[in-house]
Amino acid sequence: MAFGKTHEIHERRSGRNIGVALTLIAFIAVVFGLTVAKISTSGPIEGFDHAPRPVLADRAGD
Amino acid sequence: MSDASYDSRPLTGEYEAQFGDYFALLKPRVMSLVVFTALVGLLVAPVAVHPMVGFSAILFIAIGAGASGALNMWWDADIDQVMKRTAKRPVPAGKVAASEALAIGLTLSVMSVVMLWLATNLLAACLLAFTIFFYAVIYTMWLKRWTPQNIVIGGAAGAFPPLIGWVAATGSVSLEAVLMFGLIFMWTPPHFWALALFMKSDYHEADVPMLTVTHGRKTTRTHILVYTVLLVPVALGLALTSIAGPLYLAVAAFLNLVFLRGAWQIWKRDEAVAEADGYAVEKKVFRFSLIYLFAHFGVLMIEGVAFRFGLWGPLGGL
Repeated sequence: MAFGKTHEIHERRSGRNIGVALTLIAFIAVVFGLTVAKISTSGPIEGFDHAPRPVLADRAGD
Repeated sequence: MSDASYDSRPLTGEYEAQFGDYFALLKPRVMSLVVFTALVGLLVAPVAVHPMVGFSAILFIAIGAGASGALNMWWDADIDQVMKRTAKRPVPAGKVAASEALAIGLTLSVMSVVMLWLATNLLAACLLAFTIFFYAVIYTMWLKRWTPQNIVIGGAAGAFPPLIGWVAATGSVSLEAVLMFGLIFMWTPPHFWALALFMKSDYHEADVPMLTVTHGRKTTRTHILVYTVLLVPVALGLALTSIAGPLYLAVAAFLNLVFLRGAWQIWKRDEAVAEADGYAVEKKVFRFSLIYLFAHFGVLMIEGVAFRFGLWGPLGGL
């Protein structure tokens, strides 16, 4: 399967395809930006980072 | 197998939909009002949100509104084709298939609600979902073709964005948010009935039960006056809440006086006079009603910023 321009449909629909591509890129940017904003404004995520936490272990024994 | 192994050339004279045609399904002009009012609702809320969260909230509220617009175009393609004002929309113009409008509307509806939930909170997402349902199902599929009060009840859909913006920031509904909702809700009937008075043949030909068609033009003129009178206490009532100050009160008092005067003039006229001057007063009031709404929300935004910087404070703070 060739990825080159093999059919006139590529040319005819190029505007539409570019529009969809830009929209998807913008959506990815929004989700990424939102993730950064959420992580940076929330507290530390302790206990879910697979690191030993003696404090939590002590609490579990209570 | 290549994706070009079939003959996909359009038939002679057939139109190939472009990206802009799909974007037009989202009713960009209506979206601009949604973006503006939702932004005001978000900015005047007493809780500061991260700029990225605020931007995302406005974006997804706008996409949700656009999705309901696409669903509206899918369902209303038959009457849009008949009315001059809507005949150039992508579906009646034959640029986009009705099934594509349905698919885009449903997809964007789900996406916008889920993303608003993830970006802000569940209540804001539920309100957005309800707004889409209200506009697409209650208004478009049911009320619009059934009752002359379609504009009154359907206007609620357009009134939700500032409420959703407020809830996106605060997580709860309060008096200020309800009054912002009420301002758009009460403004919608006189705005659209003024339009219906001078676009008279459109609704009649499409067999849409607008008040002008079902109850006559004199009744419509009376309704415009009554709803404008009812709008005034809602608009001025906002001045007594924590989000409005002296500037809002001054601007609202002036705008409501002008709007009332316009509604009074419409009520006093009869069809012969209106026909004679090409519905000049009705057109003037319709244009003014747009300024009226933008100015109210614009001043709320200005005062929201002023309060935040401590330049001056609210009058009452109910």
